[in-house]
Amino acid sequence: MAQRTSGASVPSGPRPLSGVPVPAMASAGRRDAPEAPDFGILKRLARDQLIYLLEQLPGKKDLFIEADLMSPLDRIANVSILKHEVDKLYKVETRPAPSSSDQFCFLVRPRIRTMRYIADIVNADKMSGRSRKYKIIFSPQKFYACEMVLEEEGVFGDVTCDEWSFYLLPLDEDIISMELPEFFRDYFLEGDHRWINSIARALQLLNSLYGPFGRAYGIGRCAKMSYELLRDLEGESEGDGQGRKPEIGNIFLMDRDTDYVTALCSQVVYEGLVDDTFRIKCGSVDFGPDVTSSDKSIKVLLNAQDKVFSQIRNEHFSSVFGFLSQKSRNLQAQYDRRRGMDIKQMKNFVSQELKGLKQEHRLLSLHIGACESIMKKKTKQDFQEMIKAEHSLLEGFDIRESTSFIEEHIDRQVSPIESLRLMCLLSITENGLVPKDYRSLKTQYLQSYGPEHLLTFHNLKRIGLLTEQAAGETLTAVESRVSKLVTDRAAGKITDAFNSLARKSNFRAISKKLGLIPRLDGEYDLKLPRDMAYVFSGAYVPLSCKIIEQVLERRGWQGLEEVVRLLNGHEFSVADSAAEDSAAAEAQRVVLAVFLGGCTFSEIAALRFLGKERGCKFIFLTTAITNSARVMEAMTEARA
Amino acid sequence: MSRVRADEEEYWHSSKFRAFTFDDEDDELSQLKESKQAVNSLRDIVDDDDDDLERVSWSGEPVGSISWSIKETASSSTSPLEGRDSSLQKGSSSYAAFPKQVSSYSLSSLFKGRNKLPSFQSLSDALSDTGVKNYAPELRRPKAEYKDYSNDWNPKDTVRRMQRGKDKLVLLDEAVAGHDGNVITAVLIFLKRTLRREILFRELEVRQVALCHLIHFLKETGEQKLLLDLLRFLDRTEEVALSQYREHLNIQDVEKRREFLKGCIGLPFSAEDTSHIQDHYTLLERQIIIETNDRHLEMSGQSEIFKKYPRKASILNMPLVTTLFYSCFYHYTEAEGTFSSPTNLKKTFKIPDKQYVLTALAARAKLRAWDDVDALFTTKNWLGYTKKKAPIGFHRVVEILQRNNAPVQVLQEYVRLVEDVETRLSLATKYKCHDVAIETYKDLKDRIQLTAYKCKVERGSAEEEKINSVLNNMQIRWKN
Repeated sequence: MAQRTSGASVPSGPRPLSGVPVPAMASAGRRDAPEAPDFGILKRLARDQLIYLLEQLPGKKDLFIEADLMSPLDRIANVSILKHEVDKLYKVETRPAPSSSDQFCFLVRPRIRTMRYIADIVNADKMSGRSRKYKIIFSPQKFYACEMVLEEEGVFGDVTCDEWSFYLLPLDEDIISMELPEFFRDYFLEGDHRWINSIARALQLLNSLYGPFGRAYGIGRCAKMSYELLRDLEGESEGDGQGRKPEIGNIFLMDRDTDYVTALCSQVVYEGLVDDTFRIKCGSVDFGPDVTSSDKSIKVLLNAQDKVFSQIRNEHFSSVFGFLSQKSRNLQAQYDRRRGMDIKQMKNFVSQELKGLKQEHRLLSLHIGACESIMKKKTKQDFQEMIKAEHSLLEGFDIRESTSFIEEHIDRQVSPIESLRLMCLLSITENGLVPKDYRSLKTQYLQSYGPEHLLTFHNLKRIGLLTEQAAGETLTAVESRVSKLVTDRAAGKITDAFNSLARKSNFRAISKKLGLIPRLDGEYDLKLPRDMAYVFSGAYVPLSCKIIEQVLERRGWQGLEEVVRLLNGHEFSVADSAAEDSAAAEAQRVVLAVFLGGCTFSEIAALRFLGKERGCKFIFLTTAITNSARVMEAMTEARA
Repeated sequence: MSRVRADEEEYWHSSKFRAFTFDDEDDELSQLKESKQAVNSLRDIVDDDDDDLERVSWSGEPVGSISWSIKETASSSTSPLEGRDSSLQKGSSSYAAFPKQVSSYSLSSLFKGRNKLPSFQSLSDALSDTGVKNYAPELRRPKAEYKDYSNDWNPKDTVRRMQRGKDKLVLLDEAVAGHDGNVITAVLIFLKRTLRREILFRELEVRQVALCHLIHFLKETGEQKLLLDLLRFLDRTEEVALSQYREHLNIQDVEKRREFLKGCIGLPFSAEDTSHIQDHYTLLERQIIIETNDRHLEMSGQSEIFKKYPRKASILNMPLVTTLFYSCFYHYTEAEGTFSSPTNLKKTFKIPDKQYVLTALAARAKLRAWDDVDALFTTKNWLGYTKKKAPIGFHRVVEILQRNNAPVQVLQEYVRLVEDVETRLSLATKYKCHDVAIETYKDLKDRIQLTAYKCKVERGSAEEEKINSVLNNMQIRWKN
């Protein structure tokens, strides 16, 4: 296996180009992007292993499923598949289980509190002299700490344990999720490395099914560790997938903390808005009565199979209406063709077209309903003003005005999560809050939403999402007076020039270096986007996506040294020339983008756009789909 | 403020972003409405049978989905056979026959050495024969995992390693280098059981990654005492304080919670946080007093306000602003001396004017006490002239009043005070404050807009007459 590494310290000489002279991001001419590999096999593997594991406990049994495993399970199996193995299904929850079954099987995440729940059940049975068999199936793997708890509770000898290696759930043709939202808090807040092994194993699984990655890039500590661990695992297993023809030419791993800004922005592409408004869970969404205009809720799968959704998911919200109305006019026209048909034509129509039209009709009315509901909600929330404040923060423009907008938001007790999000956005874009603002906003926040959020603020400080500028970092008195004058007058150019001098904000510097704020004359046509900035109304190119674009274009980090320094380093770029040589040209244009700590639908839309522009295919692997609310909730200390 | 606003508007109008507005009833929304109508009109053609629709149960879950069937079991789960069944099982042989695992929570697999990567199986798995054959070969697990674990495990090696005193910590360093948090925690559990606390703490001080793991582990298992000892050893006093303060979340009884919070005041918080903790305690103390009084008042049925607007929830453990709202709602006129009066709260907690006005406004508007609202913004100067002033923008005042269904007469008084002309006009139009709109157009000398406004008022109304008289006013020099 011929591999070479280049970090920042390694002088970057001319690298030998591999056999196939097609770089991943050849910009010459537009080509059709290659197809994504078929990920359906991942579902089959997971399902088969689960059934196999359940068969290890022969006979009738009750299955207790952890709440957050239910939706992922729904995506790979249904009741009829489980039925021949399982008598009754229960949710793991606090109440004691009322069951007469002789065998209990628990399908759980490796968590301490779940272990205690199980131990309580076992011990209660022991107390009442009831004997059963207990089996715990951990997904995706077992932790030693769990065994320790079982041992301490005195039930270790009563249970058998297994692991269900369900690492990867394909949510769509190009999205794979590990469904581990807790990764974000565990790693970035607590500094716990427990999931790194799972990530490496997930990558190893992809390797064994789709061949080795020709080129690997990454940034962030976790990205680096995961990749190192993957290589160790591969070395140990003597390359299960090494013989396979590579289907995924490139992999790019990125830690979420490389770019918090993008994750904190309000989303305005359709799929992102649907996620922000209704919460997409495991690729499906519950549309309530306000959307369905009936008295029931409907669960809808949102993916490429949905013919209406697949055409609007990546669009800016403002283009969606036009599309939907065009679509409904077409539909109307197709129905109208019935008039003047003779019997035979009618028969054909009914047997061949009607079903498709009905399906389309159903989807169309759902998405129109969703749009209406989004409009209603956003209008109520001052969305317009909020977006304006956000854009000002991104541009570093009119900071005082935005600060008082946030203050008023807090004072009016509007959503606690939104207030927190805006404060964090202010903090990251400004490299921390001025101490005076920090204190005053914090005090008002505690007064509006409860004093226990003191703990939330502590978390946010530790993770670096909401910090106070150290005394040395603040502007001198004169500077700040001038700055205030200038910003208050809202004179764009002068302010910008001044800001770049006065503030040591990394985001600002990075944004300038990478040109994240498009400086364009004229109107930004959101219907015909010219760059990835369209996902934020033309105001901002998502940092994460821009880094990926730049590195792929340069086939490494050369020329990005300053950006890397500002991003705190931990970048890498590795070429496996053997794998690269054997990969077909098509595969070289496939890029697996791995987001450690969550990926937003806006980022997915931006990279899909980039892929179309550059003729390559992005596939997304994320620990979980995220958005600003999920990031904030992960930091919030709730009442017990 | 108005200048900033105007400049800002100019910026936004001149900027390259097309103003995409969510709140305008512009053609995009009407487009949407059209499409909706079109689609709805098709419904009767289509709705005959929904054969290809997903079957959905009453709760909205697709029938046959796992979440659905779990709900089904939950609703029919109390089996009458339960009790009898368990008594029958008592003493049955199946219990003993069940092969037990040896309870030997073990780290031995970690000691097997040489491999840089520790194995992921525990000893118990390695010893019990089920461990290995649990994995189906056809599931494509990497071959490496099928190794016979007991062969891999070399006791001699382990013992030799353990004899070399420091080896336990080498183990820890290896685990950290292996990037596997699960293994790191496992080693820590082992060290925690076998090393003296001081030694463990001291060694962890220079091993930050491992330290994080231990702290997280202690938090998860709830070993609070050890956690506090560790944090104290590390001199992380603020975390000691926060960690103790966190415990109040688990105390349900308010009296006990209050006592606990009182104890928190002395903890080593930063000066800033100490005052927040003090406030937290004072707030709960107040809430307990208010709650006791008001519950009594409400029960006795003697208070009009409680009869008319019965309390929906207790005020205990609510945020300060909610408490202020409550007090503005039920105790607005009370003298400053009482604990429940708004002015007392304002003073005790140093609530900023802006916050106070917003909250009082919301509370009085909810009660439709328009006189109180009026008084909130009226100031007298030394000559006795009255003037309306607000620490928040009047557009906010309008918004809050409107949300509480204020009548047009009340609303228009505040719409008139909105400084920014554009905002004033849009609010006036939106909420049908015709007089304000007409006067504003008149001030702007905008004949075209004023003429256009005629269609917004009722025909033959006083407003229409007013527009006509303004339009016919020869004194005005129209700009268009």
